[in-house]
Amino acid sequence: MIDFEMPEVIAKQQYLLKTVADNMMRPVSRYYDEHEHEIPWDYIEFMHTAMKASGAGSLAPSEGGEKKEKKDRPRIGYQMLAFMIEMLSWGDAGMYLVTPGGGLGAAAVEATGTPEQKRRFLERFKKEKPAFAAMAMTEPCCGSDTAAIRTTAVLDKETNEWVLNGEKIFVTAGDKSLTPYEQLEPGFVVVWATIDPKAGRAGIRPFVVEAGTPGVKVTKLEHKMGIRVSDTAAIVLQNARIPFDNILGSPEVITDKKTSKGFKGAMSTFNATRPLVSASAMGVARATLELLKEMLKQEGVEIRYGLPRAKMTNIEREVIDMETMLREAWLLVLKAVWLADQRQPNALTASMSKVKAGEVVTKITQKAVELMGPLGYSRDFLLEKWFRDAKINDIFEGTGQINRLIVARQILGFHGAQLR
Amino acid sequence: MYSFEPSEEQRMLVDAVKRYAANDLRPAMRDADEEAQLNMDLVEKGWELGILQASVPEEYGGFGERSAVTSVLAAEEMAWGDLAASLAVMTPGLYVLPLLLAGTEEQKQELIPPVIEAEWKPYTAALLEWKFDFDANDLQTTAQEDGDAYVINGEKVYVPFADGYEGMIVYAKVDGKTQGFVVPKAAAGVTVGERHKLLGVHALPLYRVKFEGVRVPKENRLGGAAGHDFAPILASMWVANAALAVGMSRAALEYAIDYAKEREAFGVKIGQKQAIAFMLAEMATEVEGVRLLTWEAAWKLDKGKDDFYKHAYLAHNGAVDMAMMVTDRAVQVLGGHGYIREHPVELWMRNGRGFATFAGLAMV
Repeated sequence: MIDFEMPEVIAKQQYLLKTVADNMMRPVSRYYDEHEHEIPWDYIEFMHTAMKASGAGSLAPSEGGEKKEKKDRPRIGYQMLAFMIEMLSWGDAGMYLVTPGGGLGAAAVEATGTPEQKRRFLERFKKEKPAFAAMAMTEPCCGSDTAAIRTTAVLDKETNEWVLNGEKIFVTAGDKSLTPYEQLEPGFVVVWATIDPKAGRAGIRPFVVEAGTPGVKVTKLEHKMGIRVSDTAAIVLQNARIPFDNILGSPEVITDKKTSKGFKGAMSTFNATRPLVSASAMGVARATLELLKEMLKQEGVEIRYGLPRAKMTNIEREVIDMETMLREAWLLVLKAVWLADQRQPNALTASMSKVKAGEVVTKITQKAVELMGPLGYSRDFLLEKWFRDAKINDIFEGTGQINRLIVARQILGFHGAQLR
Repeated sequence: MYSFEPSEEQRMLVDAVKRYAANDLRPAMRDADEEAQLNMDLVEKGWELGILQASVPEEYGGFGERSAVTSVLAAEEMAWGDLAASLAVMTPGLYVLPLLLAGTEEQKQELIPPVIEAEWKPYTAALLEWKFDFDANDLQTTAQEDGDAYVINGEKVYVPFADGYEGMIVYAKVDGKTQGFVVPKAAAGVTVGERHKLLGVHALPLYRVKFEGVRVPKENRLGGAAGHDFAPILASMWVANAALAVGMSRAALEYAIDYAKEREAFGVKIGQKQAIAFMLAEMATEVEGVRLLTWEAAWKLDKGKDDFYKHAYLAHNGAVDMAMMVTDRAVQVLGGHGYIREHPVELWMRNGRGFATFAGLAMV
């Protein structure tokens, strides 16, 4: 039965998270934007404590979390996550990315790891101190063309270890996942590397590289347009040795060079995480639209609903279009996570949600700055910050163009070689 | 609890409508448009699917309960087949649904069963007026109290099946608000004018209608002496318009996808070119997004949520632009062939522009 009623448990969660956003994020949003690479420890520790208390150990739906969902009860784990991310990003999209609990790294383990691996790698998120994990895919040579990555993993049969060599860039939370901070548990990075450079995408596998592994170094923290409080690291792997069973997935299948199951693993991770990134975009877009309407109201401009277009003011037309596209994008996100909760294929909807969310958040934030004129462009307000924060959503976790390709392949029934 | 899954009952209805749309409406669409003539046997067949009848409770001659969500699902499928025929099938809803939503108990008992229990008949409604900035909440047509009657004056346009109408709801301004009045068959002062010649929906008979001192008894005011709230009626019109736009746009999208998989240029299928593939991806995303927007708005109507009006308006707003974008691009994907009337995409594009104007021609 088609239903748009928010479950009670999500409504409660949102109420609490709104308080967090109002009190822990918004007041320091500007400060951390202007003090790039300073770490918001208060927020990190608060979130860690709060999440531990509520039994949520990881941002990724962990095994423990799944068990708590009784079988006769509908699964809503991804929906809860999407709402959580939306609200935290409404608070501050950069700080949301500094939420401890594993982020995309844990999501990759969750999506492709064996039960033993999930236990081994995700346990840390339940400890006394907060921990981070990251996902390292992009390299200087290649971002969207993930099949072309050059980082290698060679099995040293004598020691039964993988030896990793290469360079990864644009690793979100790479610093907090690898660099030892006394406030944090050691984290890890899921590094995508090839076990057979000639095999293309069939050779690509995910490896868990623990913090403190010799030969792994954070070489640079990027200076970005927005989401400045979130660290974006470059990582060099130089003869980094990791245990054989740190390759994610079952070793028999995963070391068979003929199948592309490893690569597909990466892609299935994206199906799970894409709508969550879209959800973050939605938070920024909603924050912007709300502030815009509030500022307009202070100027005596109220938006009237129900008029024919020929009778609207330009501002009304713009704001109503923004509200329309925001709701449309949000419902695509909601459907994508609902499908994931139903354990139904969601690649198409997930990519649609990302196409739409990336576009909507950039349009809304850009339009808001435009409409508010000198006020919008000023750093007296957060509109200009959200304009900068927004743009990344059309880029990371698959650019708008890559997601258009995925949607197109699905609806046309073409595979990658037919539609490049 | 969120769910995007229609119920078993809804799925069965959708399947039946889908067969009707594919087997009956689509094959007849082009000729109907060229000849500006609907096959009324097909309209009757669509009526017999019982979509409206299932929205009306037993006590008024129907066999169900109004569900905007169910009607949206059905409208979507039907419009996939042909928009003009869908609007024809849905026309009696313009008469029945306002009664159901806003009528007094007496009005419902007296006026609904004759429509619902019979074959399709031209029961209709008159809302639109001849103004570029037509506003359903600010009508030119007036209804003035005069003794035991209201006197209606004004001119309406785009009135479906006005020629030979059996009954009509006419919307007029009373104390600054839009109110509906039941105007019986062949009422004195009603002059049905010319049939419109339009950009699209050629097959649908739409007329100008003049109301000159049309006297209707006071009890013909929708909702009785106290009148009614127009918002739920207008919201229902917006949502219906959006649902039809989604269905017809999906038809155009699917046609363009099929074409892009067959047509070759530069040694590959044109769908293998990103320039075409990206257009299709964006079209598909918009169709799905506005579809969900429409479902949610319909659901809010059904639940009587506080913000139903706004959401219905947003769905309509999104659908107007989506339909134009998708149908325009469907023509573009077919290139020169899209411009030729052998393919349906030009027809959909002409119809597509109409959703900016059509709110008021259907309800859910």
